Amino acid sequence: MQTLTQKLANPTRFMQLSGTMLPWIAGAAAVIIAYGLYLVFAVSPPDYQQGETVKIMYIHVPSAWLAMMAYGLVAVSSFGLLVFRHPLADVSAKAAVPIGAAFTFLALFTGSLWGKPMWGTYWVWDARLTSVLILFFLYLGLMALRSSMDDESTAAKLTAVLALVGVAILPIIKFSVDWWNTLHQPSTGFTSTVDPSLRVPLLIMALGFTLLFFAMHLKAMRNEILRRRVKAMRVADIAHRDGMSALSNPVAG
Amino acid sequence: MNAFWTLVGRDIRLAVREGGALGTALGFFLIVVAMMPLGLGPDLNLLSRIAPGILWIALLLAALLSLGRIFETDYEDGTLDVFATASLPLELVAAAKALAHWLTTGIPLALLAPVLGVLLNLDVKTYPVLMATMLVGTPAVSFLGAIGAALTVKARRGGLLLALIVLPLYVPTLIFGISVISASAGPSGVGSSFLILMAISLISIALGPLAAAAALRIQLQ
Amino acid sequence: MSIFDLGPHATFIWLSYIAVVIVITGLISWLIFDGQRQRAALKDLEDRGVRRRSSVSSDTGQNQ
Repeated sequence: MQTLTQKLANPTRFMQLSGTMLPWIAGAAAVIIAYGLYLVFAVSPPDYQQGETVKIMYIHVPSAWLAMMAYGLVAVSSFGLLVFRHPLADVSAKAAVPIGAAFTFLALFTGSLWGKPMWGTYWVWDARLTSVLILFFLYLGLMALRSSMDDESTAAKLTAVLALVGVAILPIIKFSVDWWNTLHQPSTGFTSTVDPSLRVPLLIMALGFTLLFFAMHLKAMRNEILRRRVKAMRVADIAHRDGMSALSNPVAG
Repeated sequence: MNAFWTLVGRDIRLAVREGGALGTALGFFLIVVAMMPLGLGPDLNLLSRIAPGILWIALLLAALLSLGRIFETDYEDGTLDVFATASLPLELVAAAKALAHWLTTGIPLALLAPVLGVLLNLDVKTYPVLMATMLVGTPAVSFLGAIGAALTVKARRGGLLLALIVLPLYVPTLIFGISVISASAGPSGVGSSFLILMAISLISIALGPLAAAAALRIQLQ
Repeated sequence: MSIFDLGPHATFIWLSYIAVVIVITGLISWLIFDGQRQRAALKDLEDRGVRRRSSVSSDTGQNQ
């Protein structure tokens, strides 16, 4: 594994490898999600308790899973940047944050739409919804912090520090929200175990969403590498022109 | 360790001599609490029921206002660069400055809270518990806030950004600060949630200086 | 029972799926658009004869 990450430290090699992998991952994601949707709409039965609204689960649960997994990926990448100074670590962290935030938003949005028929209201201060909402705020903080700095390398390291602080605090936030919820609310009766006929489509959708996430993450990383390349070339171009003018004007040199 | 206490003393003296920052924080605390009944209506039963929550949230916002100055002035006049090259580790510098912030902001705000409780018809019996939770909880406010202050010391739009970064980190402190007060009215007493609130403060005291020093080092390079 | 007969709460189900489709297609098209933009910028710079840092330093060392 160490040798793989070392190999990938070369952006050119990463571009080659990711270029060949990306179509396969994207294709697999499309096929698996299509099969999952077929199972969801044509095969899977309605839940005896929730009726057809259980169909929201097949997109809500994978979104929530990706919201957390993306934050984990951001945290691992931040660790890789601060500790190992891996050249692609920040590219990975920067690429994962907006995608993770998008899935966090989807988890909240679909959760709220699921809540209306189930609980009779769009928003309840359910422990899980509340935790995901705070996770969403952390994503927003990461994006805002990065955009507030002009120097990219400083912004990258500061964002990494915040991501790691978030990882340290998140379990405490989760714990306190659970505590707070049991203190104020009766259980929402949402804990029934999932029947196998519902579980198989759910797992397939989760797999498809995960592959989709990795395809988007790879693409975002490739874009970011290109963006940095363009930026470096523009700087080199300007430096080159300054060098030329310095040659023609010896006093300035 | 001597240098540490000298630094704490310096920051306290600076805060006291300037005076303005603390006065602003206390004034802000007062006006936020005073606005609440105007928004919610003068129903005293409702107010006394939600008073602990209002006081805690107003305290967090007031403390948030003064977080910026933990590192900002020292960064602008170059004092932080001197600290970074001094023998005292930057972690302890950050800890000293967060401690000074707690002493000059957290404690005065906690002491003012019962006075504002009168405005909200808070039950007099809960005053000691309220002050105890605020005294125990505000170290977390200062030390977690120091992380945000260090991260945004160089940023554009620092103040708004600071709020966005720091407020989610305050969730555990807020929840347990309130739960101690509501538990004090119940039969089980305040024991466990009070201990958890203490633990949250201790974790913040351990984590805050480390992260704040890391953030400062990145920006002082 | 038809495949698309989703009972009394069909609106909520459709809204959820539509939201997911909108957000995901939005992300994908932004990623593709962004990629094309970077490639175009890169090609433009290369056409103007600007080379990457590594190749510039190896031939003249002018920007060192």
